[in-house]
Amino acid sequence: MELIHLGHGSGGRMMHQLVREYIAPAFAMTSLNDSALLGDMPPGRIAVTTDSYVISPIFFPGGDIGLLSVCGTVNDLAVSGARPLYLTAGFIIEEGFPLSDLKKILGSMSAAADRIGVKIIAGDTKVVDRGKADRIFINTAGIGVVEDGVDISPLNIRPGDRVILSGPVGRHGISVMAERNGISFDPPVLSDVWPLNRLTQRMLATTKSIRVMRDPTRGGVATTLKELANDSGLCITIQEDQVEVPGGVRGACDLLGLDPLYIANEGILIAIVERDKADALVEEMRRDEAGRSAVIIGEVTEAPARTVLLKTALGGIRIVDMLAGDQLPRIC
Amino acid sequence: MSDIADKIRELMQQINRPIRLMEVCGTHTVAIFRHGIRNLLPDSISLLSGPGCPVCVTAIRDVDTAIAIAQAEGVILTTFGDMMRVPGDKKSLFDAKAEGADIRIVYSPLDALKIAEDHPHKKIVFFATGFETTSPSVAGTVLEAERRGILNFYIYSVHKTVPPALKALLDSGEVKVDGFILPGHVSTVIGSKPYEFLAAGYGKPSVITGFDGPDILAGIQMLLTQIEAGRAEVGIQYSRVVKPEGNPRAVSILNDLFEPEDADWRGLGLLPGTGLKLREKYRLREIRNILKLEVPVGKEPAACSCGEILKGIKMPHECALFGKACTPEKPVGACMVSSEGSCSAYYKYKAVFGHAPE
Repeated sequence: MELIHLGHGSGGRMMHQLVREYIAPAFAMTSLNDSALLGDMPPGRIAVTTDSYVISPIFFPGGDIGLLSVCGTVNDLAVSGARPLYLTAGFIIEEGFPLSDLKKILGSMSAAADRIGVKIIAGDTKVVDRGKADRIFINTAGIGVVEDGVDISPLNIRPGDRVILSGPVGRHGISVMAERNGISFDPPVLSDVWPLNRLTQRMLATTKSIRVMRDPTRGGVATTLKELANDSGLCITIQEDQVEVPGGVRGACDLLGLDPLYIANEGILIAIVERDKADALVEEMRRDEAGRSAVIIGEVTEAPARTVLLKTALGGIRIVDMLAGDQLPRIC
Repeated sequence: MSDIADKIRELMQQINRPIRLMEVCGTHTVAIFRHGIRNLLPDSISLLSGPGCPVCVTAIRDVDTAIAIAQAEGVILTTFGDMMRVPGDKKSLFDAKAEGADIRIVYSPLDALKIAEDHPHKKIVFFATGFETTSPSVAGTVLEAERRGILNFYIYSVHKTVPPALKALLDSGEVKVDGFILPGHVSTVIGSKPYEFLAAGYGKPSVITGFDGPDILAGIQMLLTQIEAGRAEVGIQYSRVVKPEGNPRAVSILNDLFEPEDADWRGLGLLPGTGLKLREKYRLREIRNILKLEVPVGKEPAACSCGEILKGIKMPHECALFGKACTPEKPVGACMVSSEGSCSAYYKYKAVFGHAPE
């Protein structure tokens, strides 16, 4: 099995070979200059974002670190109202990493970029000593354009607005946790990692007056809603029985003492919109693959300020707060 | 579901006085919080969190000892995740991990045994916390280590048992509760018989209750029915899982490996016969018999009312530290540590609604 050597990051022949034979072809890069030059940008404001991916395990049910590093950054652009255009990719690889795994990861990055319609235009590769990194880390930065008239910000949220969730919660976090700990579910819980840009473009084509969109990744739906309540100074009340929790996620959460509302997602979004536009928007979202089970889960009110409330299936009310750190599996 | 809530309201009208019920188990505390049970109940019912949350009752010195074990040469400490944040005298396991100790979160003691197999030159210690829900699986893992000849697997047992702890609490004469919501999971192992002293000796109604929202409401209704009729018995609401005799096989493994010892409870102090230690035959599996550790007695934080709160004598907002020196971000006492512990739950409620829950 061919492995990555320190020489692959040295700047010499080995590195050039790696870039020319593996990385450049995967991303269809024609020139290997020190910077990529962008052509004319479509009209609008330019959006830029960056994110680093250090997930372990790098292959998990439903995806891998490559797919995640493309979708994660594209989704950050998408929920900002931007149309994603370009990505950059930086790799930090641990000595001894199998080249075949790198090839697989590059393959899923390139397939995802093609499907999304973004170009990967610049990159960097470093190799570090064994033990100085956990197999492979990827950083991607994204560049996109926000059309005029689109204004996505929690400051736009008003009392009476409706809260929309685009799909079921908890799949990414549970899939990774299961893989990491050798727990298997039958049927397996697959990560929901998926690009959201088609969905958000479809939504913005329906109405430009979407107040805010977010993808509830780390910290899950609960943390994202709490951020929105804090930033807007308002109260968000959601209905527990409107939030779809897949059976496998529910079972895993019961087993491990976790709350699905705090589990990470990589392929769903939360949108807050004016009340009168909500039903039509949900209907439109359901026409997209990524929004099939979109549903209104709650509404915004004035008070109590900076609060998220959850009406439980039993009719009780619970305060939804941010966690201090990660959710930790319980003892009893 | 409003049916049960209505019946509870009717029963409370007949009882016509405030009622204090203690949920013994931490999982109930979490479930009550998660299902929003409190605001389905009339204000005259108070739900108190009892001593059944391992996170809340693990003594400061026991956390410090776990840290000392983790810092010893050649040791990998394995633990259930929710012990990581519990503050010891000066630091938590998270702090010790950040400082370089090899501490790993596992989902089951068998995971720790696997780590022991993979690292034959290290001592793998499982921080054995929790009640009768977890102790049988720890006992089973020690037996498995014996069977497979895995010699580098050890435990640090601070296991505790529920019924003797309830007895000790009641014997202190300070506990002001009208009835007990008894733990479902613990009782699947030990059954209902070990609780019979609650009714016979102390005249306290109790109901072994499941963890779904409807289970908990039904358990409360069964308790109020007993109180209203002036009866006291051990009811089983969670009968689809719990049998009066429990799980005899789990109990027998538990008894084969462990014997009672005195245990130190955070907030409550030393309660005789409420802990579990490995029997003589297995004594070399207990890391305290292998490593010589000098761990000073940890001090309970001054003015902390956790003990009184765990006994149901005080409500969280009646503690002088509550919301001032002691907050969920910087917990002083055990009841603020667990994110859904009673002080923590009260703190959140008060922050939002401006007053303590009734």
